[in-house]
Amino acid sequence: MIETRGLRKSFRSRAGRETKTVEAVRGVDLQVAEGEIFGFLGPNGAGKTTTLRMLATLIEPDGGEATIAGADLRKDPAEVRRRIGYVAQGGSTWDESTAREELVLHARMYGIGKAEAHRRAARALDAFQLSEYADRKCKTYSGGQRRRVEIALGIIHEPKIVFLDEPTTGLDPQSRAHMWDEIRRLRTEGMTVFITTHYLDEADALCDRIAIMDHGEVVAEGTPADLKREISGDVVLLGLDVAATPQAAQLLDSEPYVNKLETADEGGLRLYVDEGATAIPQILRRVDNAGLALSSIELHRPSLDDVFLTKTGRSLRES
Amino acid sequence: MKLARDTWLIFQRQLQLLLRNPVWVFVGVFQPVMYLLLFAPLLKPALNAPSQAEAYKIFVPGLLVLLAIFGGLFQGFGLIAELRAGVIERSRVTPVSRLALLLGRSLRDVVSLIVQAVIITLLALLFDLRVFIGDLLLAYLMLALIALMTSAVSYGVALKVKSEDALAPLMNTVAQPVLLLSGILLPLTFAPGWLQGIADWNPFSWAVDGTRALFAGNLGDDKVWQGLSIIAVLAAAGVVWAARQFARSVR
Ligand SMILES: Nc1ncnc2c1ncn2[C@@H]1O[C@H](COP(=O)(O)OP(=O)(O)OP(=O)(O)O)[C@@H](O)[C@H]1O
Ligand SMILES: [Mg+2]
Repeated sequence: MIETRGLRKSFRSRAGRETKTVEAVRGVDLQVAEGEIFGFLGPNGAGKTTTLRMLATLIEPDGGEATIAGADLRKDPAEVRRRIGYVAQGGSTWDESTAREELVLHARMYGIGKAEAHRRAARALDAFQLSEYADRKCKTYSGGQRRRVEIALGIIHEPKIVFLDEPTTGLDPQSRAHMWDEIRRLRTEGMTVFITTHYLDEADALCDRIAIMDHGEVVAEGTPADLKREISGDVVLLGLDVAATPQAAQLLDSEPYVNKLETADEGGLRLYVDEGATAIPQILRRVDNAGLALSSIELHRPSLDDVFLTKTGRSLRES
Repeated sequence: MKLARDTWLIFQRQLQLLLRNPVWVFVGVFQPVMYLLLFAPLLKPALNAPSQAEAYKIFVPGLLVLLAIFGGLFQGFGLIAELRAGVIERSRVTPVSRLALLLGRSLRDVVSLIVQAVIITLLALLFDLRVFIGDLLLAYLMLALIALMTSAVSYGVALKVKSEDALAPLMNTVAQPVLLLSGILLPLTFAPGWLQGIADWNPFSWAVDGTRALFAGNLGDDKVWQGLSIIAVLAAAGVVWAARQFARSVR
């Protein structure tokens, strides 16, 4: 659905007398499949917005190519525009207009007729639970309501792909959960959704596949599960008393699913396994058969932050 | 066809938003009326005109051109607000015509200028101004072209500088000499030669002369077609340039 090759963009900015060149995006290769929610995860200034703005025809890339919904970004930007929707990070509604007016206008800018534009606006207001405020000025909306209007604007022409730049930033947890549902609904309607985020949990829970971006480059790409598995697999922590620990270690060390085993000084074991979900029942069976008593069992899965840490040497939470 | 449709779409939206703001409508009508009522009485003695009607024939066209210039030049501020709200970027991701994004806005400015001009003309009629309807319509065409040019330029500059802080001094710096050298408030008939010479290079000076000729009923005066052509060419150039700014990437 989206394919990019070596997409690049640098900005020149002037600070006092010096001109500095910021390489915002340095050669991004991406493949996004039809009907998936693709996430762009990265810290501030990673180049997420710049990449999205290039894909949405708003700025011209310095280099590289992209095909979006079958249209060539460089040769036919007009066709790309017809096929995509884009919701900017910073908002796009006018204070003095109402949601309905904005939706109708936006639909009509895509060439949709007046009657049909009104029908679609009504449908979108309904779908995004905005009907109640539809005829109130946008400046009276809450942050979450406004964000919903903006997303409704982005898909009013039923694009094949919609780009959402940080759709949930600034929303409270409840509105965020709602927004996730809305985004999943778009996927069920057959849309390909490309979002950016710097929330680990959002990338993890919402996205089918993600690309982790840092300093203008994609440092990792895959499903959240695959990326995490690539890191180290899962860790199972067994709580045992000191006396029972050596016996349990001996017992489990020879098991084929245990990649590595560590003994804790205060008793207990750390087992490195590929997949905790399948390993735990086997571990339990083994320990139980040997008549050993477990005080606890815990499963630790690597987070996307661990992935980011491995790839960049920094934690996403810190940067 | 698409251009006409898109322009109409943007024009409607902009007009609707303008009318929604009663303050703007009030100021737009009130200001010119004040000029007419409070400034015009000084004219007859100042211009040494034989009658009040004669004084109006000189002053009203100048006032209208002044309104057209200033009405247009300061439209860029509204655009910067739209830029900041993300409305322009939102428009630019749609296939809407870039020229229409400009024309729809500029035409709104032209229409509001013409409404002001009509109000002023009607009021001046009460003060015994007399002008032929044909001449008047041509004068309105001149005003429309001026407003189209100045508003287009203002939008183009706004898209380039992207901030009110830069736009305000810039527009003032442009407006001031243009105003002083156009003979808008007082005709340059009595100006020394060197001042006349500079004014010849000011397109608005030609526009004012042409408009005055029309109000005086001298349709055949060369100044009429000269003024109209100069302003028409400049308006076309301004529109083309500003539309390019809409097409280029802006943030
Ligand atoms: N118009 C511009 N002019 C100059 N520099 C820019 C411009 N736009 C972006 N940059 C720079 O490019 C880099 C990438 O910015 P970008 O907005 O793409 O980051 P981001 O990943 O979207 O960050 P955030 O999570 O904060 O939104 C930053 O260093 C930024 O300062
Ligand atoms: Mg961003």
